[in-house]
Amino acid sequence: MEYMLLFNQPAHELERRRDDPESSDYWESWRAYMSAIYAAGIVKSGNALEPPYTATTVRVRAGERTVHDGPFADSKELLGGYLTIEVASLDEALRWAARSPSSVTGSTEVRPVSPRDR
Amino acid sequence: MNDDARITPRAAAEHAARASYGRLLARLAVRWRDVAAAEDALAEAFVAALERWPDDGVPQSPEAWLCTVAQRRLSDRARAQRVHSREDLVDRLRETFDGDSFDDSFGDDRLRLMLVCAHPSIDPSVQPALILQTVLGLEVRQMAGAFLLSTDTLNKRLVRAKAKIKANNLRFEQPDADELAPRLQALLEAIYAAYSIGREGALADGDVNDRLRGEAVYLSGVVASSLPESAEALGFQSMLLFCEARRGAQVDDAGEFVPLLEQDPRRWSHALMTSAYELLFRASSLGDVGPFQLEAAIQGAHCYRARSGRTPWGEIAALYKTLVERHPTIGARVGLAIAVAYAEDRPASGLAILGAIDPRRVQEHQPYWVALGHLQARAQQTELAAASLRRALGLTSHPRLQRYLGAQLARLRPRVE
Repeated sequence: MEYMLLFNQPAHELERRRDDPESSDYWESWRAYMSAIYAAGIVKSGNALEPPYTATTVRVRAGERTVHDGPFADSKELLGGYLTIEVASLDEALRWAARSPSSVTGSTEVRPVSPRDR
Repeated sequence: MNDDARITPRAAAEHAARASYGRLLARLAVRWRDVAAAEDALAEAFVAALERWPDDGVPQSPEAWLCTVAQRRLSDRARAQRVHSREDLVDRLRETFDGDSFDDSFGDDRLRLMLVCAHPSIDPSVQPALILQTVLGLEVRQMAGAFLLSTDTLNKRLVRAKAKIKANNLRFEQPDADELAPRLQALLEAIYAAYSIGREGALADGDVNDRLRGEAVYLSGVVASSLPESAEALGFQSMLLFCEARRGAQVDDAGEFVPLLEQDPRRWSHALMTSAYELLFRASSLGDVGPFQLEAAIQGAHCYRARSGRTPWGEIAALYKTLVERHPTIGARVGLAIAVAYAEDRPASGLAILGAIDPRRVQEHQPYWVALGHLQARAQQTELAAASLRRALGLTSHPRLQRYLGAQLARLRPRVE
């Protein structure tokens, strides 16, 4: 079964992406997590996202377009990246979610990916 | 409760609930062969106690009172549902609760209930929670997170398991001697799972995890005292007590994790070690050597360091070799690899044992990667060691262990460059 892991991080954690990748424990924890999950051979796709301040949000209401800078909603935790994984069960997906650095500082959401032939 | 005069009816009911929930439920469920119905009846009995005790006073034996009321509820319901086939059970219930031997067979009832919870037809992943809920009355919302499940999901799984017990009419009688061994093994595995979850969690300072761990130790004592002739039951309790003895040394004053080999033996509990050695001695005098007895012997050998100042690696390696021959789990093979590497003072020997394990089986096995990284570092394979420890770190979800492994990694880094 395919699941998406959505890594939600508070803004101050996302700021730490500016830390020196060589010496920062922020980067060390993500490198460790990514090396373990990729080595397990379950990752189908995934990306880290640039910080939310780089986002632009578009809405169309009654034919009228509005565009604003920033993410679609102000919330304490922001989407920092995602992976889709192929695992045998939700239990297995939850085990991987529990190991994510985002679960300690923010949260990790686990959602089933809809089958493509639906 | 020292001062009976000051016990309020509510406090008395709550005390009875905590102290005797599992024993009462076991007694009812074993006689009634329906865990869910017994739970409902017992819950109603507690409600009745809260209503009646303020006016009538707290009964002489709160447990007996609760049991009688719950038994009546079960009989009433059976009659209302015209469950004729259960007439014999109604009679048995009546017999059971009459007479003076109220306390005598409680231990056995709890063991029988646990053996049903660990029946092969019940999903092994739900067995630990089922045992903790039915035998000790732990609440679903308290346990769910520790098992990495939502409250709803765990609840559904528990309800399904109880429905299965009823639908399959699982036998609550103590199994025959030849059937007992595999059933007991499954039960001990389930208790051990609860202990392991609690122990790992305890590193993250969770009260709930602490409770899970403590309750598992308690249950190991219930099993061992119900089956004093079973070497595995005694060995299992011995193993848990050795682990418990060292628990205080596992975290230093700064709150950081201390691995076994770096622990100060003066911080191990000598009282617990003494009990553990005594259980191990009794187990070994019974012949029949099972996996938990071997694990206990290994833990006991590690504890020799408290007396002699050194770890008897040769003996530990020999014990692991026997364990691996009979039960080649990943954990046992990882233990063997470390023990052999230390016994021969040759990391390559341990690395060879680790290298022989099927890589597909270690994708999520954190201790394998810790051991591999440790032995690679000792063999001066610094870059490989860093990669292994990094994978171990990526498989760790407890902050204290994450900090420990992060520090290990940082120690390797300057040498990489």
